[in-house]
Amino acid sequence: MMNSSPAVSIAGLRVKRGKVQVFDGLDLDLTPGRITGLMGPSGCGKSTLIRCVVGIQKVQGGTVTVLGLPAGTPALRRRVTYSSQQASVYTDLSVGENVTYFTRLYGLPSTEADRVITAVGLADQRSQRADDLSGGQLTRTSLAIALLGQPELVVLDEPTVGLDPVLRAELWGIFRGLADQGITLIVSSHVMDEANRCDDLLLMRAGRIVAHTTPASLLIESGKSDPDEAFLELIRRDIAGPRHSLDTPNEAPVSTPRHAEEDQR
Amino acid sequence: MRLLATAGRVLSQLRRDPRTVAMMALLPMLLVGLFAWVMPAKQFAQIGPMLIALFPFIVMFIVTSIATLRERTSGTLERLLTTPLRKAELLFGYEIAFGLVAVLQAILVVTFAVYVCGLDIAGSLWVVGAMAVVNALMGTALGLLASAFARTEFQAVQFMPVFVFPQMALGGVFMPRSQMPDVLSAISNWLPLSYSIEAVQRASINVTGWDLNRPLLILVGVTLLALLLGSLTLPRRTP
Ligand SMILES: Nc1ncnc2c1ncn2[C@@H]1O[C@H](COP(=O)(O)OP(=O)(O)O)[C@@H](O)[C@H]1O
Ligand SMILES: [Mg+2]
Repeated sequence: MMNSSPAVSIAGLRVKRGKVQVFDGLDLDLTPGRITGLMGPSGCGKSTLIRCVVGIQKVQGGTVTVLGLPAGTPALRRRVTYSSQQASVYTDLSVGENVTYFTRLYGLPSTEADRVITAVGLADQRSQRADDLSGGQLTRTSLAIALLGQPELVVLDEPTVGLDPVLRAELWGIFRGLADQGITLIVSSHVMDEANRCDDLLLMRAGRIVAHTTPASLLIESGKSDPDEAFLELIRRDIAGPRHSLDTPNEAPVSTPRHAEEDQR
Repeated sequence: MRLLATAGRVLSQLRRDPRTVAMMALLPMLLVGLFAWVMPAKQFAQIGPMLIALFPFIVMFIVTSIATLRERTSGTLERLLTTPLRKAELLFGYEIAFGLVAVLQAILVVTFAVYVCGLDIAGSLWVVGAMAVVNALMGTALGLLASAFARTEFQAVQFMPVFVFPQMALGGVFMPRSQMPDVLSAISNWLPLSYSIEAVQRASINVTGWDLNRPLLILVGVTLLALLLGSLTLPRRTP
């Protein structure tokens, strides 16, 4: 925000899914080169927001700008990669066949398939059919596809759900490695214990952004010692607060003290 | 490249499904064999080509509608549409894959019909085989389109009898279209399978000059129209 334009810029976003008005005027800017954790209870709109960024969600109004272009434009299809919440792979094909197919869709050399399969730790499962994989292995197959090529923005919807702690740590290691290369990441999670691994946090509730903050200032602002309690505290304030009417949905109780935190890392 | 990668991927998926492969390869031969056995040669010469050319339509319709319904519901379609893959490449990828399968199927069943069942017709059985491939391509295109209107695989399978049997009845398999009541023959003019049947019948009598042009043109037109409508059922943005 200080030295470059936002990786993602959302203004006045309105989305209706079925009968549910998920967003009613959402505004948001994400700083490039950082891991933004999208946190909030199930049903709060994390997946919907992610779908808007990737450009696959029908929207009723507002703008979503990604890397300076309208979300979903063809030029972004190599620059933005995405892994959905449900592992979207062909379950009747092997890990290798799945990854190789997408490698060819991106027009990349087959060594890329080897690279990403190794990166997610599935080299030994390469010839195993996806429907014989464990849940975690399936998620990692889907994740491997999102690592193909040289994306500038990687969007992952609950990539660590249901994984054991060791594996989660490994994956966060991968995410950190990507961020160190200057790649922007959006990673959603419905458990707060991953909050500390992110650079920025976006706390959502019922289609609104309750706080756009950093792990450190979340604790300071809330006066709590762990992220879980801090989030609950913010929600409590949000419910009690006078400003939760839909006219001002973006007035978050915690403002964005990002400039203050900027030099922490 | 993306087109062939997609066709290759569809074929790999098919290879993993031995039952479908068996249905595609063996069932047409079994049917042709049974008809050859129970029918006098003269009657078999009429029904045989019809089986050879129409069966692939039915099979490809079912297989494609289920395969693309899975693609729609499993999230892989959504994912494909976030990659550089174009919709036309996806649609024609399916067409190439099932077209190749139809060619193999036609070679098998025509060889079997001629050398094992002694099917003897005035026209060329290889032209009949080519009609089988054209019908298979149309079945793939229509199956793709139909999958947009199904929510479950069971619903997708249900389309087949609803879609196919009335067309067979009106299309001239059991009674020439010219002898039907005016209303029915007028309806049959609008049904694609009428032209499949017309093409097969002409091919099995003897193809002279441009006999096959009109039905062929209509079948190719229906296929392209179904693909165009099919691409409209693959929106990048969904609600
Ligand atoms: N396909 C859909 N049709 C109708 N409503 C939906 C659909 N998907 C999600 N919703 C609704 O939109 C809201 C946000 O859902 P979602 O973005 O999936 O939340 P999260 O990812 O945070 O769990 C929820 O109220 C959910 O019920
Ligand atoms: Mg979700």
